[in-house]
Amino acid sequence: MANVISDETIEYVGILAKLELSEEEKEAAQNDMARMLDHIDKLSELDTTGIEPMSHVFPVSNVMREDVVTNGDDSENILKNAPEEKDSAFVVPKTVD
Amino acid sequence: MNVLDYTAVGLGKAIAKGETTAVEAMQAVLAQIEKTEQEYHCYVTIDAEAALARAKAADEAIAAGTLTGPLAGVPVAIKDNLCTKGTLTTCSSKILENFIPTYSSEAVVQLEKAGAVMIGKTNMDEFAMGSTTETSAYGVTKNPRNPEHVPGGSSGGSAAAVAANECFFALGSDTGGSIRQPASYCGVVGMKPTYGTVSRYGLIAYGSSLDQIGPLCKDVTDCATIMEIISSYDKKDSTSIERKDTDFTSALVDDVKGLKIGIPRDYFREGLEPEVKEAVLNAAKQLEAKGAIVEEFDLSLVEYAIPTYYTIAAAEASSNLERFDGVKYGYRAKEFEGLHDMYKKTRSEGFGPEVKRRIMLGSFVLSSGYYDAYYLKALRVKALIKKAFDEAFAKYDIILGPVAPTTAPKLGASLSDPIKMYLSDIYTISLNLAGLPGLSVPVGTDNAGLPIGVQLIGDCFEEKKLIRAGYALEQAQKGQVE
Repeated sequence: MANVISDETIEYVGILAKLELSEEEKEAAQNDMARMLDHIDKLSELDTTGIEPMSHVFPVSNVMREDVVTNGDDSENILKNAPEEKDSAFVVPKTVD
Repeated sequence: MNVLDYTAVGLGKAIAKGETTAVEAMQAVLAQIEKTEQEYHCYVTIDAEAALARAKAADEAIAAGTLTGPLAGVPVAIKDNLCTKGTLTTCSSKILENFIPTYSSEAVVQLEKAGAVMIGKTNMDEFAMGSTTETSAYGVTKNPRNPEHVPGGSSGGSAAAVAANECFFALGSDTGGSIRQPASYCGVVGMKPTYGTVSRYGLIAYGSSLDQIGPLCKDVTDCATIMEIISSYDKKDSTSIERKDTDFTSALVDDVKGLKIGIPRDYFREGLEPEVKEAVLNAAKQLEAKGAIVEEFDLSLVEYAIPTYYTIAAAEASSNLERFDGVKYGYRAKEFEGLHDMYKKTRSEGFGPEVKRRIMLGSFVLSSGYYDAYYLKALRVKALIKKAFDEAFAKYDIILGPVAPTTAPKLGASLSDPIKMYLSDIYTISLNLAGLPGLSVPVGTDNAGLPIGVQLIGDCFEEKKLIRAGYALEQAQKGQVE
């Protein structure tokens, strides 16, 4: 394997991804990611100088609309899906002291 | 005639003529499910009572004359990443184990408006990440053509349900081949439309620039008919395209005279099973015998599609799946210390290994310092791949090739090596990168009896050429059998 993913990198990516991996999972992730990157490195064979990155295949632009509410209030049903709710609000762990 | 033998359009006609009813058709499908579902496991959610009530309502509207159209009263299966109002929608993931959408995806709304009746939700790879339907958190689906083999994926439950007569047609989604490949493995017809043709509103996103909803069905006539119904311009999807040419059934003609078909030599090199190669080239010959002009050519860049795809798909997935955080819906970890720990534990316990793998890779390629080298590089190569297709379609109406290098692998044979599994997507993923439509049509079986599909690829907005060629091919196949 050409790519080596360090312990620090996997730790950092875990923070970005908001995932807590077990030691076993971490090792597997390091291995998997290195192999994937080896594969992805194939792209460096291609000269892409002057090629614009293509995010969308059609020439589309943002679709704008007036900021007007068109749907009804469905908050009761929406809140039914919440793991925890109280007084028509989502409950989350305390974030400020 | 056994009601289950009808195609979707055939059943619609029989219902319209009063030869059968939506309720009878639903009862027949539910009886079939009762008989075979335990072995195949095509569905994750079935509510028989609700399905029968919906069928009864359809019958009443048909009798009253308020519901007409080719699919009125026809039972349909819906992939579990399409939101269905009031019906559990899990994406085959633990993190959405209890999610009841408050609205339906636009494609489902269009089908319901046309009178199709939902049976239930089909199994899939978790969040559509996988090629075998084995990454589902709710068990594997088996291939009804041979239950020792996978049905393909990620729309494996939908493809298997069609093949097992556990529905009359199904909806799937295709991010890198997830409709066409399971259709090929299960011996049914599947289409990925041009990007933007079917609204993605209510489709739980995996790779937003690649995802597209499409049909899995018994024949090309069903495919064109379903496409006509689910294609719509939708303001709720900002990438939706307003098309005036969605009268797809007008292309159901057995005539390919003068149609120029290109066969990419690059698709027939190492890794392709000889039996698949033979069946696919035989399909080209059948079209040639009907007057199509068939030529070989070099498509180029084929081997760069997989690394490009997995970079882009993983990047988009890592961003799209940020919303699953245990706050607004779905699973929440039981024990945690503070908000961030709740996020992390919820996601780590809620996502399966393949989903985590792709989120990690996506987070990495988007991270500062690597964004240019990986993510932007992939978007640049995507532009080159699109250009290669543009050049091909300047010469050809259709590109013809295999859907997958092999027939359906055995259960358990693919997951041990992710790269190997990713490589099996080689013929399908470039269409998603370039936004192109693709149609998978069954063209025979290998010596083990497993189905083989041919892939017809069109330029953007050229679904009709695919339907025409697919229909002609189907007629030729019928001639061969008789």
